[in-house]
Amino acid sequence: MANFTLRVNGRSQTVDVDPATPLLYVLRNDLDLTGTRFGCGLAQCGACTVHVNGRAVRSCVTSARSVQGQEVTTIEGLGSPERPDPVQAAFIAEQAAQCGYCTVGLVMTARAFLAQNPRPSEPQVRQALAGNLCRCGSHARVIRAVMSAASAMAGGR
Amino acid sequence: MPTTRRAFLRRGLEAGGVLVVGATLGDWPLPAIAQTIPNADRFLGKPLAPDQVDSFLAIHADGTVTLFAGKVDLGTGGRIALRQMAAEELDIPPERIVMIEGDTALTPDQGRTAGSYGIARGGLQIRQAAATARQTLLGLAAPRLGRPVEDLEVADGAVRVKGGGASVTYGELVGGRALGVAVDGKAPLKDPQRFRFIGKSLPRPDVPAKVTGRHGFVHDVKRPGMLHARVIHPPAVGATLRAVDASSIAAIPGARVVRIESLVAVVAEDEWAAVRAARRLKTEWTGGTPLPDHATLFDAMKTSQVVREQVVAKKGDLAALTAPGAGVRTLAATYRWPVQTHGSMGPSCGVADVGPDRATVWSSTQGPHQYQAVFARILGLPKERVRLVYMDGAGTYGQAGAEDAACEAVLLSRALGRPVRVQWTREDEHGWDPKGPPQLLELRAAVDGRGEVAAWETRAWLPVATANLPGVPLLAPDAAKIAQPQGRSTGLIHQNVDPPYAFPNVHALVHWIADAPLRTSAIRAPGKIANTFAVESFVDEIAALARVDPLEFRLRHLTNLRGVEVLRAVASRMGWQPRPSPRSVDPAAAVLTGRGLAYVHYKHDETIVAMGMEVEVEQASGRIRATRVVCAQDCGLVINPDNVRSQVEGNILQTLSRALHEDVVFDRQRVTTVDWASYPILTFPEAPALEIELIQRLGEPPLGAGEAASAPVPAALANAVFDATGVRLRNVPFRPDRVKAALSAGRG
Repeated sequence: MANFTLRVNGRSQTVDVDPATPLLYVLRNDLDLTGTRFGCGLAQCGACTVHVNGRAVRSCVTSARSVQGQEVTTIEGLGSPERPDPVQAAFIAEQAAQCGYCTVGLVMTARAFLAQNPRPSEPQVRQALAGNLCRCGSHARVIRAVMSAASAMAGGR
Repeated sequence: MPTTRRAFLRRGLEAGGVLVVGATLGDWPLPAIAQTIPNADRFLGKPLAPDQVDSFLAIHADGTVTLFAGKVDLGTGGRIALRQMAAEELDIPPERIVMIEGDTALTPDQGRTAGSYGIARGGLQIRQAAATARQTLLGLAAPRLGRPVEDLEVADGAVRVKGGGASVTYGELVGGRALGVAVDGKAPLKDPQRFRFIGKSLPRPDVPAKVTGRHGFVHDVKRPGMLHARVIHPPAVGATLRAVDASSIAAIPGARVVRIESLVAVVAEDEWAAVRAARRLKTEWTGGTPLPDHATLFDAMKTSQVVREQVVAKKGDLAALTAPGAGVRTLAATYRWPVQTHGSMGPSCGVADVGPDRATVWSSTQGPHQYQAVFARILGLPKERVRLVYMDGAGTYGQAGAEDAACEAVLLSRALGRPVRVQWTREDEHGWDPKGPPQLLELRAAVDGRGEVAAWETRAWLPVATANLPGVPLLAPDAAKIAQPQGRSTGLIHQNVDPPYAFPNVHALVHWIADAPLRTSAIRAPGKIANTFAVESFVDEIAALARVDPLEFRLRHLTNLRGVEVLRAVASRMGWQPRPSPRSVDPAAAVLTGRGLAYVHYKHDETIVAMGMEVEVEQASGRIRATRVVCAQDCGLVINPDNVRSQVEGNILQTLSRALHEDVVFDRQRVTTVDWASYPILTFPEAPALEIELIQRLGEPPLGAGEAASAPVPAALANAVFDATGVRLRNVPFRPDRVKAALSAGRG
């Protein structure tokens, strides 16, 4: 075990964990940020996606040690039910979630993608989400939500 | 958990009064904070019998209402739809209703949330209870307002004199007190013309929290003193644990082994320590129950012992098949549906806190009351001493691993005397959740010179379910050598083996076979997907043989006018041009396109769905792309149209995934498709455009939306591929290698 200082959602947090602990468990168990979800532990499904320095990464295969000193953003850091981020707001408007388990990973992936590609085509959005799996079948709504978030963000706020 | 759901609920609960409590808290299992809904435990001791209004509803002094639902929201939208139904009869806005779901200490037993009956049965029970409550409120108001009941009406949480005048609020009438009346099956329901909430696409209250990561799932339950556990499942189905080398994890601080016979787990306060220990623990196993050969599964089914024959339909005779007259053509086809898994996005999780004389279990089971009884039996406790609290999980679509994980947590918690959280791995979920059973169907038909079906025969080979099984036999009791009722659970997989058309001579027979590989359970729309795949593909084969347009052929033989309406709706939206299938195929084209149609009257008396699909087939690779799916559905009264639409979308995309990709593979020991690479599902680039039309029938009962639209998907897909290529796909999944081989053979 070792003490680590992590920057999560804009705050410095010190945790005492095994350095190899995947970020996922640190977030969920040590920092009580349970919005990030365990889906496979194999980087195959995207449910655990968070941002490290604005880039979407799979927290299930990212060690706590490797993100020391980097800016980690989780779903909780993006927005809240009262003040949702534009991507979250678009997901809510489209009701783009059923069970909601994969949803946070989709929002995080889409948010990082739109930061790099503010005016994507629909095929680009689909491709950007190709590494995220959804079992309930919310695909069409999710794609619509990301396209509408892109428009809203491009429209200037 | 600072969720909007919680904030929303807190408002209602804190404002509300206290219901009359019939028992001292000491008699109730673990009245500590078991619910995520604040102050919910103040209701402990309330009535639970499903024939009592107070079991479903509590009306508080401030006019808010708590709704106690035995049905649970699986991401399916019951959380808003059930509120809408209660709100309609009580005439209060749905946001004034707090809902507690699937807590065996607080909610009545309404049966499993399954079979597409959440609204159709559970919702109607709640609506009737609310209608009874309204009648009771009118009766209570009459003396207060000095007018006969006939002069009174309810409006926005109050009883008032018709046409305006004096009024009294529900809170003033009964706030905090029980109504003490039985649900009156004859209490009049509100006239659909006056609906305020039913039929409206109100947003689901849980979506904002789900999208912002604030929604609480069973995976997030934390209890004081809780240990994280990983169960080590055997290397072969049914294997016995011979030895555990506890020293193999000695280097991992805080991790230790728990063993109950062949149930072996590692536990630790730190979850990562439990994960590492599970990876490192050395175990030795012996024996096992050999699995059949995956490659010859369907041959084995056909020669398997038949334990019972069931005649599902018998009309006329099969003379046209056995002795076809002049000009009669016969055709036969075999359809195969493989073993498939539920593929829950979140590996199963269960949390249990078991004491010497009581237990609390948190689980995403679709049957809280059912598994309360199962766990009570396993623990040797009276049912009332076991409290099962439903918490959302990742979608389970039948029964995946949630009950197994919960049962493992129950046994480990009992052994350790501490709360235990069992989290399955992806490999556990794909490898060990109970599977959807395989299905084999052989169809024969005789088609006369006019293209009429002179005889139809379905023969289906299906694994037999065990009668009166209290639940799916779970892994943990078998491993721990605790007796449990043995047998097989499948859901009602024989429905819809017979065609929905008015053919004069139809025989449909099910050969119930003794066995199936792996443990099974219900998987979404149990059996009906494979059966409709066979029936609606075969109808298409007959129409093609008769050189009749597939829509025209169906309409000719369909007597159900609601069925005709959905078929015409799909055809109109697709711009359907009448012509027989297949279209003229250019063998040199790189990509072939086609259209297909399928229809189902779910279970022959529930929801009616027509589906059209457009596909592209890449000749070189055999890759199929569904480009457009058009669906028209008549599920009777639609409570929340957008939510029903969402269910239809889910049915279509999930079943498209199952038809295109999914096949559980096993060797002689165990499942080998244990991740998303070996068991791929539909991805975002593959999702087709969806067009959905719902037929609202305000005066009819709701018929269910959670399953029906999945049934016609594979046939619509296969029929479209046939239209495009002239090649018939009868074996699911339609993976590129298989399609490519079929294209080569078809052209041969």
